[in-house]
Amino acid sequence: MKITREEVDYVSHLARLNLREEEKGKFTSQLNDILLYMEMLNKVDTSDVKPMTHAISLSNAFRDDVVKESIGNEMALANAPDDMGDYFRVPKVIE
Amino acid sequence: MELNQLTIHELRKKLKEGETTSVEITESVFNRIGAVEDKIHSFITIMKDSAFEEAQKADRAIQEGNTGLLTGIPIALKDIMCTRGVRTTCGSHILENFIPPYDSTVVKKLRKAGAVFVGKTNMDEFAMGSSTETSYFGITRNPWDLERIPGGSSGGSATAVVADQCIASLGSDTGGSIRQPAALCGVVGMKPTYGRVSRFGLVAFASSLDQIGPLSKDVEDCAIMMNAIAGYDPNDSTSVPADVPDYTKYVSRGIEGWTIGIPKEYFIEGIDPEVLAAVEVAIKQVEKMGGKTVEISLPHTEYCVAVYYVIAPSEASSNLARYDGVRYGFRSKEGRDLLEMYKMSRAAGFGDEVKRRIMIGTHSLSSGYYDAYYKKASQVRALMRDDFDEAFKTCDVILTPATPTPAFHVGEKMDDPLQMYLCDMFTLSANLAGIPGISVPCGYTKGGLPIGLQFLAKHFEEEKLIQIASAYEKNSKIEKRRPEL
Amino acid sequence: MEYEPVIGLEVHAQLLTKTKIFCGCSTKFGAAPNSNTCPICLGMPGVLPVMNKKVVEYTIKMAMAIHCRINRENSFARKNYFYPDLPKGYQISQYAYPLAEGGYVDVEINGGKKRIGITRIHMEEDAGKLIHDENQPSSYVDLNRAGVPLIEIVSEPDMRSSEEGVGYLRRLHEILVYLEICDGNMEEGSFRCDANISLRPKGEEEFGIRTELKNMNSFRNVQRALEYEIKRQQYVLESGGKVIQETRLWDDSQGVTHPMRSKEEAHDYRYFPDPDLVPLVISEEWIEEVRKTIPELPLSKRERFVEEYDIPPYDAGVLAASRDIADFYEETVKHSGKPKIASNWIMGDILGHLKEDKKDIKDSPVTPEALAKMINLIEDGTISGKIAKEVFEEMWKTGKQPKEIIEEKGLVQITDTGALETAIGKILEANPAQLEQYKQGKEKVFGYFVGQVMKATKGKANPKLVNEILRKKLSES
Repeated sequence: MKITREEVDYVSHLARLNLREEEKGKFTSQLNDILLYMEMLNKVDTSDVKPMTHAISLSNAFRDDVVKESIGNEMALANAPDDMGDYFRVPKVIE
Repeated sequence: MELNQLTIHELRKKLKEGETTSVEITESVFNRIGAVEDKIHSFITIMKDSAFEEAQKADRAIQEGNTGLLTGIPIALKDIMCTRGVRTTCGSHILENFIPPYDSTVVKKLRKAGAVFVGKTNMDEFAMGSSTETSYFGITRNPWDLERIPGGSSGGSATAVVADQCIASLGSDTGGSIRQPAALCGVVGMKPTYGRVSRFGLVAFASSLDQIGPLSKDVEDCAIMMNAIAGYDPNDSTSVPADVPDYTKYVSRGIEGWTIGIPKEYFIEGIDPEVLAAVEVAIKQVEKMGGKTVEISLPHTEYCVAVYYVIAPSEASSNLARYDGVRYGFRSKEGRDLLEMYKMSRAAGFGDEVKRRIMIGTHSLSSGYYDAYYKKASQVRALMRDDFDEAFKTCDVILTPATPTPAFHVGEKMDDPLQMYLCDMFTLSANLAGIPGISVPCGYTKGGLPIGLQFLAKHFEEEKLIQIASAYEKNSKIEKRRPEL
Repeated sequence: MEYEPVIGLEVHAQLLTKTKIFCGCSTKFGAAPNSNTCPICLGMPGVLPVMNKKVVEYTIKMAMAIHCRINRENSFARKNYFYPDLPKGYQISQYAYPLAEGGYVDVEINGGKKRIGITRIHMEEDAGKLIHDENQPSSYVDLNRAGVPLIEIVSEPDMRSSEEGVGYLRRLHEILVYLEICDGNMEEGSFRCDANISLRPKGEEEFGIRTELKNMNSFRNVQRALEYEIKRQQYVLESGGKVIQETRLWDDSQGVTHPMRSKEEAHDYRYFPDPDLVPLVISEEWIEEVRKTIPELPLSKRERFVEEYDIPPYDAGVLAASRDIADFYEETVKHSGKPKIASNWIMGDILGHLKEDKKDIKDSPVTPEALAKMINLIEDGTISGKIAKEVFEEMWKTGKQPKEIIEEKGLVQITDTGALETAIGKILEANPAQLEQYKQGKEKVFGYFVGQVMKATKGKANPKLVNEILRKKLSES
């Protein structure tokens, strides 16, 4: 199934990626090559096949409700690109 | 022979017998780094000062008779594993200055084992690639031919080992990223069973496929490294609580009476004739060692690239959403509001291949496409796993080429992503099924480029891989060359 | 045209576990911003979630309490979207395979009961907090709340009025609090509600266009918001317009709903199974273990109180409002055998004093046994009802036993008829004028004599006896 320029715009918005105009053309055609290749999967009969979501058959991996020491807010903010006091700071959403 | 040219097991012996010290070994390694790093570029971050501190600490421990599996041995880590206090970049601009406040579980284990950390090795950005050409920090070159790529994404981990810039290293393998560079660089590389080694601290690319594994100079070293890193971790819900055998006990046992499956779908048009020839010699060798080879079929092999390139990018698109410039990592100063901040930071922070895969993944999961792409791929994946389950009913291990070609030229496949993806066709299936695989050197091309042989085993039967790979290594007598640098 | 509202409610309740759902950080409210955090809930590279077993236990408990079917196998999915308070860029939730489905809750409404269906219950992690700066073009992120465990309870669109909506909400609330899995604090955000509401012509089967309502942070606001929205939609439809499918925010100060200004189109959440978490398999044994921990629930308790103790539904409602009050009541009844009297004392005096002192019933200085004893002392005539009020005050202040207080203060009721006759006789002697008035027919003077007797006996005279003896003496004189 081919992907259109509009769909590329939609997907890049969903993924929060800014694509330059020149990039959009290149990405669209590269994506199309790849997606076209994926179509071979339609040849496989998968009726009644349960999708494989894990490579292991584990279940019930739990931990107990016991408090572990936190790293503290200094460490939490150490890599922050912008902060103010104890908070991470980000630009506001413009309505 | 230089100390940096020796293996873990050789050095351990020397350390124990007092013939050398960790500081001496570490000096030898850093001298080598000084001599060749400019040509190869194995490392993103070199940890010289702390390495010598650790080496001194190791020497004291050895004196006190207090040694672990790797005490005093210089090890390199792919820059995708979090190291506390040391930047971890994943080969990306977006994490260029990220300093994790915690250690991965495997790093903790190696520390406990007494390892000396040499540095963080170069890699394809976020492990997405097969040539180590997409790193923000520059390419890594194949020591056997500096105009060629070393493979990827654990390119630096492979080159550092073969160029003696470390004694052994850790890489990560999502679609072949340990085994393929190991093959193209002439070292041993193992991808453990999914769930065998903890992923806690491994920056996620495709969560249901990623595994950490060792790259080493021989199979015995691989076994030692596996002993050090394998095992259940309660911090990783996908970590399996299965006992870890002593892998070194399987080194140089024979394979008399074993059945080795040769999958017909792996011997197709498009394989380089020299690779094919080397693998056929290896098959004869295995038969000489007492193994019986049988043809098997893994019927869904042809779909592995398509399946992988739906599932891995889908999971990656979600795993990489956290790189949004809010709490850490690169943030663009140009955005006027939140939306622009997100879009510009990620656009500037990620390279093209990462963006491409995020786009494919986002598309595959999006409304209207989920069933056709992600769900369908997951179903075909189940059929591929079933193929292996069936195959292992009739054989102990499976033998295949590790890669379809030897190392290609820098830049050769950068314009055709699909061509690049096909490089992984022999290694992808193991990640999709979750089974372990190992790549061992099996010869050289006429041009002197290494060729790799791959063995695959059932879930949690890494010891079988150690057994056959070490037996092959011993009996095949492949010439041990060193790259000329 | 008569329209009927169709209302469905989505409740998010924070679970009272000590730690977050996927990491060991504390869930304690009120910590300094970003101090209850770790690499996992900060969404740092390389981290992995591990499920808190208590969260599953609590969810199973709630599911059973509201008659849901537990999905023996259930699993987690990622809900992908970008927002600064969502560290990983996705929320771990349950989508295709929730823990429970298909239950119900009976709501007491208008003297009867209405059954509201429950579509599903699932577990998920909470996001952090985003605070907007009034003056700067900045927002601030606090991730203490990121990773706190939530259960989401989705009702069927079975409610047909704002009363039913609030009634349902209160029922869910009291069950959650009764089970001790949520503290139900709407102001602090540990119990949140969103509504889906549409109108359709009465008798129609098909649903109308619905709007989603958010930002209602109290029961009263839920009621007001629903009422307003019903009226608003009615107005739109009656003027020939169409209701727009949108999300609207309740504005408490203006009493209206506004459309949310965010231009985000319907989110494409790209749900897929979370590869970092393995499925949950709930065994029969586990379900049985949890079943044993479920206490008698409020509705059953209320009904039983009315039935067993023969008290009015209003009393039952007050007494069963919390497990602690209900237990206090039943202990008191056990030791006194007087359900209605115990109810009066608890509803009035105990709860009243607790409110004044801002105390919890667990910290009541008067124990159920002590209260029961006091009740028995009234019943056997040792003290009068009026004196008892005095005794109770002392009990509350000092925590002493009633008998002790009565003896210390000499408050034992005078029931010795001889003594009373003497006292009454003295009063009558000392008040000849009033005696004359009474004889003349002024009944009111009787009260004056009673007052005088009480004064003379310092309130300790048994009022009934005083009445009898006084009447006798007056008729004799």
